[in-house]
Amino acid sequence: MVKPIIHIENVHKHFGRIHALRGVSLDVNVGEVVVILGPSGSGKSTLLRCINHLEVYDSGTIEVDGILLKTAQNINTVRREVGMVFQSFNLFAHLTALQNLTLAQRKVRKRSKAEAEKIARDLLKKVGITEKADSYPAQLSGGQQQRVAIARALAMNPKIMLFDEPTSALDPEMIKEVLDVMLALAKEGMTMVVVSHEMGFARAAASRAIFMDEGQIVEEGKPDKLFTNPTQERTKLFLSKVLQI
Amino acid sequence: MPSDGFFRNLWRSFQKKPPEILEQSPTPKLNFIPGAEPREKLDPWWWLVVAVAVLLVLLIALKPDPYWDIFLFVRDGLAITVELTVISFVFIIIVGLIGGLGRIAKNPVIHFIASLYVEIIRGIPLLVQLIWWYYAAPALIKEIGQAIHWDFMANYVANPFILAVVGLVVCYGAYMAEIFRAGIQSIPKGQMEASRSLGMSYLQSMIHVVLPQAIRVVLPPVGNEFIMLLKDTSLVSVVAVADLTRRGREFMAAHFNPLTVWTLIALLYLVLTLVAARFISWLETRRKY
Repeated sequence: MVKPIIHIENVHKHFGRIHALRGVSLDVNVGEVVVILGPSGSGKSTLLRCINHLEVYDSGTIEVDGILLKTAQNINTVRREVGMVFQSFNLFAHLTALQNLTLAQRKVRKRSKAEAEKIARDLLKKVGITEKADSYPAQLSGGQQQRVAIARALAMNPKIMLFDEPTSALDPEMIKEVLDVMLALAKEGMTMVVVSHEMGFARAAASRAIFMDEGQIVEEGKPDKLFTNPTQERTKLFLSKVLQI
Repeated sequence: MPSDGFFRNLWRSFQKKPPEILEQSPTPKLNFIPGAEPREKLDPWWWLVVAVAVLLVLLIALKPDPYWDIFLFVRDGLAITVELTVISFVFIIIVGLIGGLGRIAKNPVIHFIASLYVEIIRGIPLLVQLIWWYYAAPALIKEIGQAIHWDFMANYVANPFILAVVGLVVCYGAYMAEIFRAGIQSIPKGQMEASRSLGMSYLQSMIHVVLPQAIRVVLPPVGNEFIMLLKDTSLVSVVAVADLTRRGREFMAAHFNPLTVWTLIALLYLVLTLVAARFISWLETRRKY
């Protein structure tokens, strides 16, 4: 059996009195695309943020690429291998698109300026925004910003990409341009964990869909099966509401 | 009669220009960041600097006795005031940055020490602090030196200038720490998270991502502190530092002409602060972000 690249075992997380994660266990294999859905407050974003330790979990273990998330040094090593894309893009506002892509390459990967810029330009070309390389984030549309953010994460050559509701803050017509980039990435065999309610993307790209509620994984399975024939009552209720829209 | 349009144009030139619309494609290359558009016009408040400077020069030129004599007498004090302000300010920025980072530190010990420093120092008048550093601190050092039989400390001789710098830095550092704390906290959390998620350390993220953006926020209040510091250096005149104010007092004691002395001293301070204010305003327009 292949060792999973992400191994999450019985993770608990509290925010004050709120029990956000109640013993979540999940394995993700190399090349898998896992889509997590669930109502707001179900803990899906928290779980995602625990994988690169942006959120500190209370108990349980998370292993990424065989590295246990515990010491500070380990955490920085893991973060290097795990790219993250945020709902609110979080591009560095004082840097151009190109500089957004080169900063961490130079500081963390210790690449030369020329090398980092070459990689950055190639990636910007890949996500389709070559002509905006010298623009600042405030000059870009939401969809363009999110594509730059994806390119910024990719510039670190991550083994895993995490997406935290990447299209939720976007206008409908910009969602497609971001999803297209994500689809292409999935086709290339990138390991991805995606928190999203984009059913179309899940059907087209996901190898597995997971439904979370109240800090627990309620149900998981092939996206087609989960969307059309959910076994749990809670999943049915949620999907009936989401699919109506 | 000057045309109405002349004044209207002049007035308009003082108004802020609306930001240009940036939705042309391909995007024009900008040498500034949206939100930090450079002002093209000369800072309109330079006229006041010029007016006060002209008044000073006129006073000295038309009535060299006593104004030129007073100026010659106090000019070394003027230099001390400027030196004291600039040297103190460099250390205040450093102390403020460390204190500000300490105030937002997750480590409870560091947070406690930084908060205690700010709370205590803000609660004591600057004049009392300066006097404490000049009179009490050397006495304390001597006593400790005697207790541990260390001659270097036991025979400590107070240097008024250094102790004045220490007093100003300790006091202003606390206010500066709060300014930096507020500036750093005004930057959205997502900036730090994004930076950390790319594998950069806390310090790297601070230096390359958060602080460059915070500078834009803190520049106006930091400039304000600089001007306040420039004026507050006059307090060191009571602790044996021969600054502009002390030199003025010395001249007055010898010649009994308070009106002319203090008018000139006031004008000299005014020129300094007005120039500093224009310099800060220029810095604000100059920054790229």
